Amino acid sequence: MQKITRNALVEKAVAMLNDGAVSRVLGWRAGEFGYDITPSVFTEAKDIEENFVWNDFCGANFSKYLVAQTRKGEGKILVFLKPCDTYSFNQLLTEHRFDREKVYVVGIPCEGMVDIAKVKKLCGDGISAIECGEDSLAVTTIYEDAPIAVSTKDVLAERCLSCKSKKHVAYDELLGEEGEVLDSNRFDEVEKLEKMTADERFEFWQSQLSKCIRCNACRDICPACTCEKCVFDNPNSGAENKAPATSFEEKMFHIIRAFHVAGRCTDCGECSRVCPQDIPLHLLNRKFIKDIDAFYGDYQAGEEVGSRAPLVNYTKEDLEPSEVFERGDGANA
Amino acid sequence: MQRIGVFVCWCGSNIAGTVDVHAVAEALKLEPGVVFSIDYQYMCSQAGQNIIKEAIAEHKLTGIVVCSCSPRMHEATFRKTAQAAGINPYMVEIANIREQCSWVHKEMPIGTEKAIILGKAAIAKVNLNAPLTPGESPVTKRALVIGGGIAGIQTALDIADAGFEVDIVEKKPTIGGKMAQIDKTFPTLDCAACILTPKMVDVAQNEKIRIFSYSEVTQVKGFVGNFDVTIKKNARYVKEDLCTGCGACVEKCPQKKVPNEFNLGMDNRRAIYIPFAQAVPKVATIDPNACNMLKNGKCGVCSKVCAAGAIDYTQKDEFIEEKYGAIVVATGFNPISMDKFDEFAYSQSKDVITSLEFERLTNAAGPTAGKLLRPSDGKHPHTIVFVQCVGSRCSSCAEKGKEYCSKICCMYTAKHAMLTRDKYPDTEVYVFYIDVRTPGKSFDEFQRRAVEEYGVHYIKGMVGKVAPEGDKLMVHASDMLANKQLHIEADLVVLAAAIEPDKSARPLATMLTASMDTNDFFTEAHPKLRPVESPTAGVFLSGACQGPKDIPETVSQASAAAAKVIGLLAKDKLTGNPCIAHSDEMMCNGCSSCERVCPYGAITYQDKEFRMPNRTTAIRRVASVNPAVCQGCGACTVACPSGAMDLRGFATKQIIAEVDAICK
Repeated sequence: MQKITRNALVEKAVAMLNDGAVSRVLGWRAGEFGYDITPSVFTEAKDIEENFVWNDFCGANFSKYLVAQTRKGEGKILVFLKPCDTYSFNQLLTEHRFDREKVYVVGIPCEGMVDIAKVKKLCGDGISAIECGEDSLAVTTIYEDAPIAVSTKDVLAERCLSCKSKKHVAYDELLGEEGEVLDSNRFDEVEKLEKMTADERFEFWQSQLSKCIRCNACRDICPACTCEKCVFDNPNSGAENKAPATSFEEKMFHIIRAFHVAGRCTDCGECSRVCPQDIPLHLLNRKFIKDIDAFYGDYQAGEEVGSRAPLVNYTKEDLEPSEVFERGDGANA
Repeated sequence: MQRIGVFVCWCGSNIAGTVDVHAVAEALKLEPGVVFSIDYQYMCSQAGQNIIKEAIAEHKLTGIVVCSCSPRMHEATFRKTAQAAGINPYMVEIANIREQCSWVHKEMPIGTEKAIILGKAAIAKVNLNAPLTPGESPVTKRALVIGGGIAGIQTALDIADAGFEVDIVEKKPTIGGKMAQIDKTFPTLDCAACILTPKMVDVAQNEKIRIFSYSEVTQVKGFVGNFDVTIKKNARYVKEDLCTGCGACVEKCPQKKVPNEFNLGMDNRRAIYIPFAQAVPKVATIDPNACNMLKNGKCGVCSKVCAAGAIDYTQKDEFIEEKYGAIVVATGFNPISMDKFDEFAYSQSKDVITSLEFERLTNAAGPTAGKLLRPSDGKHPHTIVFVQCVGSRCSSCAEKGKEYCSKICCMYTAKHAMLTRDKYPDTEVYVFYIDVRTPGKSFDEFQRRAVEEYGVHYIKGMVGKVAPEGDKLMVHASDMLANKQLHIEADLVVLAAAIEPDKSARPLATMLTASMDTNDFFTEAHPKLRPVESPTAGVFLSGACQGPKDIPETVSQASAAAAKVIGLLAKDKLTGNPCIAHSDEMMCNGCSSCERVCPYGAITYQDKEFRMPNRTTAIRRVASVNPAVCQGCGACTVACPSGAMDLRGFATKQIIAEVDAICK
C-alpha cells in the first residue's frame, strides 16, 4: 500500500490546473483491467477527480512521455515522479531531450509496485478485480466466490525488491517524505548469471530471448530509447527488421538495444515490466551497469544532470582495454 | 550502379610470388559493378598508371579498385591518377594484398583466396562510394615548441630564422635542459656551456621567440594549422618583467638547505634561486615548498632586499591561451632511477654516483668547483670504476631497466675516463662494458684514444656487486675475455644509467593524440622516411623524446623538425580531409554523446525548427559538425545512439558492406 494517498495527488493536480500553473497533468488512469493502469494526459479537473488512479499498480515511469508532451500545446505539464523515475528524468535532461522549463515535477514517495505476473502465478488467470489493502491485495477471480488475499510483499516486482533508491534526484515539489539512496542487492541476479559457464549462460539467454515476439514494448517504454528514429525502424541502418527471421536475430535485437542504452540506462526496470513474455531484460542492462561500475568506478546514470557517463568520457585513469578484458575474465560478456 | 575497374598489381614478385594475380583479376571480374579487370607488373609505375587512365576513358569507369600495397603507400598516387583521368579521387579504393596478404602468407592458394576476398570487400565499398570534395582551413603562422633543451632551442631558432613566431614552453625555471648540466661534449671535448649558452642568449634576444619558463602545457585542442593550446605559467612569486637577475635576494635568503636539483642534490641552494649563472631567463624563482614566507608568512627578506620590487608572494598560476599552426615536442630524457639496482650500492654509498652526477662533479660550476672529489669525504679518488649499461639492454630484467640501448653511454663514459686520466694521471680508471658501441663521425677514434693514449682499462664483463667496505668500494666483476673474477678496491663507482623519456611525455602524448611506443618514446610517422613527424598531423618530434640521441644527432633532428614546421607554416591554406563526420538532422536527438567524445571540439548544437506530423512544428536540438575542425576519427559515429552521425568515405553502410563481402 502506498503511503501517499490518491487524494493528496488529486488535490495537487486539480489545484495547479485550476490556477493555471499547469495546463496538463501526466497521471495514471484505469485500463481495461483493474491491474492494467495506464499513463494518461489529463486536462480537466473533473476528469482527474473522477478517473485519476494511484495504487500499487502505478508502475509506469512518466519521464519518457515528457519528450513528446513538451513539444505539444501551451503551458506547463505537471508530472508525478516516483524516486526511480527521477533518475530517468535527469538522464533525459542530460541528453537535452526536453525543455525543463515546461515541466513541473511533483515527487511522490513509492513503497514498491506489484508485478501482476506474480499475482497471476498465485491466483491463476481470470482476475476480475483487485483491491489494494494495507499490506495485502484482495484478488477476485471469475473462478472463486471469495476474493483471494495476497500479501503485497510477496508480489512486489523484482525491481522494487532490489530498489536502488527512495530518494528523488529531481523535483520542483515533494509530496510526503524524502527517502534515502538504498544499499541495494540489485546485482545479485547478475552475479548468478556471471557464475554460470558460458554454455549455461548462452542456454539461459537463448531460452529467454527465444520467447521474444518482437512487439517492441521494451523499446517503446524505455526512457533511454528516445531516438527520433530508432535504428530498428530505419531502413538505412541495416538493422531494421520487424520480426526475427532466425534465432540469431531475436538475440541481436536485445543485444543491440542493450549496447545502445549502455551507460545511459538508469535501471528503472520498465523493459521487464512491460514485456508480455516475462523476459528479464533488465538483467542485460544491469550487467552493463555492474561492469561500468567495476571498470570505471561507481556511476549511476541520471543521478545528476550533465554528468559525463564513463563510456562517453575519457580520463587518464581509464583502464586499458586489455585490462578490461582480463578483469572481465574475457568470457563474462 | 557504378562502373568499376579492378587493377591487380604484381609488385614484381612481392605480390605475384604468393598470389596468383591473374586468377584474382579474373575472379573479381564477376563481382557486381565490375566492368573491367586487369593485372600488371607495377601498377604504380607510369605505364601502370596509364593503364588505369586509359581504362577510365575507354570503359567510362566511375570507380576504381587497385589491389596492391598498403593505402599508406600509394593511395595518394592512385587518387591522383584517377583525378587526372577525370574521376573523383575518392572513388578509388585500395585492397591491400601485399602487407595484409602476400607478405603474411606462404602458400599461393591461400594467398590467392585471401586476395580475392580483400578485392571483393573493396569492390563492395566502392559500390557505395560517393564523390567527395575536400575543404580548406587557414594556418596559424606560429609554432609551439614544448621543451627548452638543446632540441627545443635549435628547433625554435631555426623556425624563427625563417621568419615565423615561436613560443618555447619549458617546465624548469630556465631553458638549457640536460646539456646545461653537462661538462664537456664528445668527441671534441669542447665545454657544453660554451657552445650552449650563446644559443640560449640567441633565443632570449630573438624577437620572434617567446619563452614561457616554469610553465607547462595543460590542454591542446584543434588540429594541424589550428591548435588551441592552454599554457599554465606556474607562479614563481617573482615578477619576470621587473627582476634583473642581480641575485641579491638569493644571497640574503636565510633558507639555505634546499637540495639543488641542478647539481642533482649534491649541494644546496636557497629557497629563492637562479638555477645557474647563465640561466635564461635570468630571473629568480621562489620554491614554494621551501620558502618560509610562503609556507607560514614568516620572513620576507627577499622582498626587502629586492631593489626592483620584483618579489610578489601573492602571485598566482596564470593560464595563457594561444593559437599555433604546428607543435614540436622536445621533452627530452632523464636518467632512470637507480632504486632498483641495489647490487651497485647506489643508495648505500655516496661514492656510487651516476654519470650525470659525475658531469656535475667535474664541472667548474658544480658542487666541487670542478675538482674531482669523492662526495662522501671530499678526498681525491685514486681508483675509479665505470659501469656501463646499468639498466640498458636489460632484456632479462625488464622490470628493473630498459630493453633498449641508451646509445650515448659508451661515448660519455669514454669521455669521462679520458678526462679523468688527462687531469689526474695518478688515477686508475676501469670501464666495464658488454660491448663498446661507438658508431658516428670521429666516435670510434675517440674511444680508441681513451684506451690507447690514456691507458683506460676497458674490461669486457659486467660488475656483479659493489660492496662498501670502510671508505672503499669493493667491486666484484667478471673479465669475460680473461675468463676470471676480478675484485677491485675502488674509491668511486660511476654508473652509466639508462635514459628514459621525461615523465611529462605520456600525458602530453595523450593531449596531442600522438602515439608512443611501449617505452614512452614518441612514435614517428615512418621510422625511415618520416622520422621527425609524429603520425598526428601538425605534431613534430625533436630530440630524445623520439629515442635516445646524442647532441649532434639531436641538433640535426631539431633542425629537420624545424624544416618540416617551416614547410607547414609557409602555406596559407591546408587542404582538409573530406572523410569527415556529418550528422543527419532528421535523426539527431541532440543528446550530446558525440560532442562529449569528440577530441577536437568539432561538434556544436543548434536549436532548429522542424516539421512534425499533422502540420505541426517543433524546435529540436541538433548536432552540426565543423568541417574545418573535424579530423574524421569517427568516435562520434560510434557514440551516436541513433546512427545520425556518419563518416563520409567510411559510412557504417560501407564498412558493413565490406564485412558482408568478406563473410559471404
